[in-house]
Amino acid sequence: MEEMKDLILTYVINEYQEDEDDEITYDTPLISSGFVDSFSMVSLKVFLERKFQISIPDDKATPEAFDSVNKIVELVKSYMKK
Amino acid sequence: MTNIGSYHERVRDFNWNIAEKELGYNPGDTINIGWYCSDRICRMGLSDRIALYHEGFSGEERKYTFNDLRLATNTIGSFLRDLGIVPEDRVCLFMDRIPELYFSFIAGLKIGAIVQPLFSAFGDESLFVRLENAGTRAIITQRKHLAKVRKIADRLPGLEHIIIVDHRGDKELLKGEKAFSLTEATPVEEIEIFPARADSPSVLHYTSGTTGQPKGVRHVHYSLISQYLTTKWVLDLRDDDIYWCTADPGWVTGTSYGIIGPWSMGVTQCVLDSGFSADAWYRFIEKYRITMWYSAPTAIRSLMKAGDEVVKKYDLTSLRHLASVGEPLNAEAVIWSEKVYGLPFLDTYWQTETGSIMISNFPGMKIKPGSMGKPFPGIEGVVLDPKTFTPITEPGKVGLIAFKPGWPAMMTTYWNNPEKYSEKFVNGWYLAGDRAYLDNEEYYWFIGRDDDVINTGGHLVSPFEVESALLEHEAVSESAVVAKPDEVNMEVVKAFITLKPGYTPNDDLELEIMNFIRKKLSSLAMPQEIEYMDSLPKTRSGKIMRRLLHAREWGEEIGDTSTLDDE
Repeated sequence: MEEMKDLILTYVINEYQEDEDDEITYDTPLISSGFVDSFSMVSLKVFLERKFQISIPDDKATPEAFDSVNKIVELVKSYMKK
Repeated sequence: MTNIGSYHERVRDFNWNIAEKELGYNPGDTINIGWYCSDRICRMGLSDRIALYHEGFSGEERKYTFNDLRLATNTIGSFLRDLGIVPEDRVCLFMDRIPELYFSFIAGLKIGAIVQPLFSAFGDESLFVRLENAGTRAIITQRKHLAKVRKIADRLPGLEHIIIVDHRGDKELLKGEKAFSLTEATPVEEIEIFPARADSPSVLHYTSGTTGQPKGVRHVHYSLISQYLTTKWVLDLRDDDIYWCTADPGWVTGTSYGIIGPWSMGVTQCVLDSGFSADAWYRFIEKYRITMWYSAPTAIRSLMKAGDEVVKKYDLTSLRHLASVGEPLNAEAVIWSEKVYGLPFLDTYWQTETGSIMISNFPGMKIKPGSMGKPFPGIEGVVLDPKTFTPITEPGKVGLIAFKPGWPAMMTTYWNNPEKYSEKFVNGWYLAGDRAYLDNEEYYWFIGRDDDVINTGGHLVSPFEVESALLEHEAVSESAVVAKPDEVNMEVVKAFITLKPGYTPNDDLELEIMNFIRKKLSSLAMPQEIEYMDSLPKTRSGKIMRRLLHAREWGEEIGDTSTLDDE
């Protein structure tokens, strides 16, 4: 669980953080803050699906579900169980 | 009663001097858009009216009166002038939707600079080609985008000034970089307004074509005339309206109707600098009691996807008029909005090059869901036969959308590219590059682009630009980029690639290439899907047959493949 959180957080920081002074934590809003826009969500979804061997339906990949690392972890976990 | 009243009477009696008179402009006078949007409104006695309600993503609110707007734009204009910015210097605005973006736009116009707004999500290469092409002298940006600017600054010898509006003192500034803080600067009460003439250049927006690099669309100060009147008659703005245009000023809607239109009328507008979510948008409408909402089909379809229940959580009764722009608005979205908001979104059609609304569904007019509507009064629109370039009179026959040049907001050239500009005109008509047909009541119905440009979420993406960027990835040997149908964005970018020897297709590589394009160009240009091919279909002369791949994606007939090399 912690490993998954850190993996996702590291990916988000590496790929989407533009200003090194910005702090991105597990609860930082990603979509509403503009770190990740709706088009970029696609590459984030691809990352999650490939990394965790899951398939997230398009209608579940919503801005709300992707809005923080913690929310993403919940989403990923719900598909790993299935 | 609507501002336009009877569409037919307006068409019959139309003259652009209606707008000139209302704005107090006489031919030959000076006409500075920046002054019209700020100082003139204050002189009309509206200094204390709110010009801008601004909310950032974390909910912090700022509000500015028209007098605040006047002072802020004087202050920024004065700062730019002190740096040595002179009329017709290109000043790029590369910021998120923060108040400084809106004020810098007006400030640049006030001192006669040519303002070059660019979408802040652009990657460094997209930024570079636009700054290089424009010969930009100054860029105003934020700390968070500074890394992208620094990455390309050495390759731009003409870029003398990099202005950071939120600089922190603890970080070192490099050569050419200057800090400017609007909150710390001494407000400038008076500034000499550049005496712009009707044909003085004002704004340079970049747009993508099928081939070649992006084109800089040059507009002039006289464009105010049609931007003002279309705002009044199509968006139906009134004195007591609270207006929300959801477009980013990096694109033309965000300046023509997200700055110039409402402020030249002295109307209060709201800006939400936050990513999309249905809850956030509805809460924003409820909080500010927004009355007029101008949005885009992609957003409307995303709201449809979020469902009807979320609408019921908010009080949206303040809304009285809705309009849409960016790509054709499908009939289902019009019908849905009438069901859930009690109001249909009225589709409007125009482009970066036209500068103002050309075809629209007008308030009070019979709406045909899915139709583009009819030309704005004073606009002579036609559908041309693609072979003879003569107007088609037969209802239902598809042709090219074209307009008779001469409206005030028409572009005056493509920057440094008069040849491309000339290509836009045939037989005295301006060719919009889109296909449509007219029905028996002369409503326009959109069919599609007349070229390979991809319209994704209302933004144009050049397949050539993405293909070129793909080739810069070490693993990619060949590339072809086409539009792929998408439920929300209408179209998204799809790439077909072949790999160089030594590379094999795999999931990690696909993700790596997606992110490579996102960072280099923008998230809009990032292929949402990449398909590996052993070889790409080519003509006998070796040209990649993009149309064949496009047809496959859209389930269309492939057409003549007699010149195909690799069947």
